Amino acid sequence: MNATASPYSSKAVEEANSIPLDQIDVADTKLFRSGTIGAYFDRLRREDPIHYCAKNSLYGPYWSVTRYKDIIEVETKPLIFSSEAGGVTIEDGTLALDTPMFISMDPPKHDEQRRAVSPTVSPETLAQLEGAMRQRTGEVLDGLPLNQTFNWVDRVSIELTTQMLALLFDFPWDERSKLTRWSEVASASPESGSTVVESNEARMAELGECLAYFTRLWNERINAPPKFDLVSMLAHSPATRDMTPNEYLGNLILLIVGGNDTTRNSMSGGLLALNEFPDEYRKLCEKPALVASMVPEIIRWQTPLTHMRRTALSDTTLGGKQIKKGDKVIMWYLSGNRDPDAIDQPDTFIIDRARPRQHLSFGFGIHRCMGNRLAELQIRVLWEEILKRWTKPMQIEVVGAPEATDVSIIFRGYKSLPVRINA
Amino acid sequence: MIKITFVDHSNVRRDVEVPEGLSLMEAAVQNLVPGIDGDCGGCCACGTCHVHVAPEFVDRLPPMDEMENEMLGLVGTRDKQSRLGCQVKASQALDGLVVHTPIGQH
Ligand code: HEM
Ligand code: FES
Repeated sequence: MNATASPYSSKAVEEANSIPLDQIDVADTKLFRSGTIGAYFDRLRREDPIHYCAKNSLYGPYWSVTRYKDIIEVETKPLIFSSEAGGVTIEDGTLALDTPMFISMDPPKHDEQRRAVSPTVSPETLAQLEGAMRQRTGEVLDGLPLNQTFNWVDRVSIELTTQMLALLFDFPWDERSKLTRWSEVASASPESGSTVVESNEARMAELGECLAYFTRLWNERINAPPKFDLVSMLAHSPATRDMTPNEYLGNLILLIVGGNDTTRNSMSGGLLALNEFPDEYRKLCEKPALVASMVPEIIRWQTPLTHMRRTALSDTTLGGKQIKKGDKVIMWYLSGNRDPDAIDQPDTFIIDRARPRQHLSFGFGIHRCMGNRLAELQIRVLWEEILKRWTKPMQIEVVGAPEATDVSIIFRGYKSLPVRINA
Repeated sequence: MIKITFVDHSNVRRDVEVPEGLSLMEAAVQNLVPGIDGDCGGCCACGTCHVHVAPEFVDRLPPMDEMENEMLGLVGTRDKQSRLGCQVKASQALDGLVVHTPIGQH
C-alpha cells in the first residue's frame, strides 16, 4: 500500500461531493465498510460542519457534529447535551440495557459513581499490574509461529485483551474466555440483527450468569485482605461496597465492554498502520522510545469508537445552528480525528507527533474514557515487548487484506489480519 | 518573566521562567516538566493537568469556574489545594509560585 496516495478513491470523493447536502446520511454502515465515509466527513467539515439529517435514516433524524472543536464544545456541556436522556449511541437502547452504568448517566449521579470506581484504574493501580501484564504479553509473543502466516487478531489482539481482563479482575485463569463471551453478549443487540444471542431474554439470562459468577468472587474477596484487582477494590472501598447487585453488574459490564473491543482493535490497527506507513515502522525500529508517542497516535488513527451520542435537554445553538430540545446529537470522533484545523496532516500516521494525546478517541469532558491510561499501557507494553524480540522494520509483515468486523455503526475494527513474522 | 516551581511526587524540584499569560499546564509541557499531561490542550476537558498549589499561594489564585470545579470533582486525589494547571495563568502576583504534581494523571 502507498502512504502518499489519497485516502479515498476519486470515485468516492466525486460521489460524496455531488450528492445534495440534505441527502447525506453518514450513519450508513455501507459507507463505513467501503471505507468511503471519510470523503463524506471531509465534505461536511468543509461545507456544513453541524449537519442535520432529516431524511429517513435508519436511526431517525439526527445532528452530525464533525469538527474537532465543536465536538469538544458538546462534550463539555453535559447539562445541555445529556448522556442519560437517550443513551450514548446513535441506535436507541444499545449498551444502556436495563443495567445502570455511569457512562449513560448525567451529573451528579455520574460523578459519584465514576469517582467511586475510578481508583481501580488509577496510575498507582496500573503500576501494580504492569509487571504481570508484561510477563503475559511476552509469553503470548513467544508462542507465535515464525515464518508462516497466522491471524494477528486471534493470536495477539483477542488473546491479550482477554488475558488483561482476567488479570484486572483476578479472574480464574482457565475460565477467562467467559469474559470475552460476556463482553460480546452485553454489547449485542438482537433487534438490529446481531447473531451473538438469539433474543433479549437469552442475553439477560447470560448476564444473570455473569452476575452470579462475579457475586461469588465478591464474596470470596470481601472476606480476604484487600488486593489490587477490580473486584477486591470494589468490595473493600467504602464508596462501592454497598452497591446494589444491579449497580455492580452495570459497573462490571462497563469495565468489561469498555476495554475489550476498543483495545483489541487498536492492537490490530496499530500493526496495520505501521505496515501502511513503512517509514514510520523504520523510525520506530531506529528509536524504540517512540512507542510512547506512537501509542496515542495508534488510538487516534484507529478511532475504535466512531461516535458517541448526546440528547439535547433544552433548545440551544451550536455553531450557529438551532438545536431543539430532544434532538439527537452525534459527535463523530472519526471525523474530528481527521480535522486538519486541529491535527496537522490528519490523514497520515505519524508516530512522533508533538502533542499526540490531542485526539478524540477517548472523548473529552466528564465522560472522557476512564480506562484511557490502562488502554495505553496495554498497547505500550505490547509494542515494547515486540521490539525486544523483532527489531527490524517490516519484520512483522501484513501479508493479506484485513477483514473488517461485522456490521457495526459504533465499533471500528478487524476480524482478521493475516501476518507473517519474518525471522 | 514569572518563576514557577514544580515539585514532583518524589520531591524533585524544577524551576521554570515563563512569560505572563502562559498557563501552568503550558509552562510545564513546553519546558518538558514531567507530571503534567495536558491531554486536551488546555480547554478544561481532560483533568490531566491537576496540581496541588502550595498553601501560601492558594488565596492568591483567581477563583475557579464551574467547569474546572466539575472536572476536578472527578479527580480522586483532589484536596483544598487542587487546581487544573491549564486554568491558572502566570502573572506578576504569582511570581515564585510553587505547585506539586501528583504521581500520575488519568
Ligand atoms: C483504546 C481503547 C479505548 C477507547 C478508544 C475508549 C473510548 C471511550 C469513549 C469514547 C468513551 C466515552 C466518552 C464520552 O462519552 O464522551 C469511553 C468511556 C469509558 N471507558 Fe473507554 N475506551 C477504551 C478503553 C477502555 C478501557 C481499557 C476501559 C476499562 C477500564 C474503559 C472504560 C471506560 C469507562 C468506565 C467509560 C465511562 C466513563 C464515563 O462515562 O465517565 N475504556 N471510552
Ligand atoms: S489540560 Fe485538559 S483540563 Fe487542563
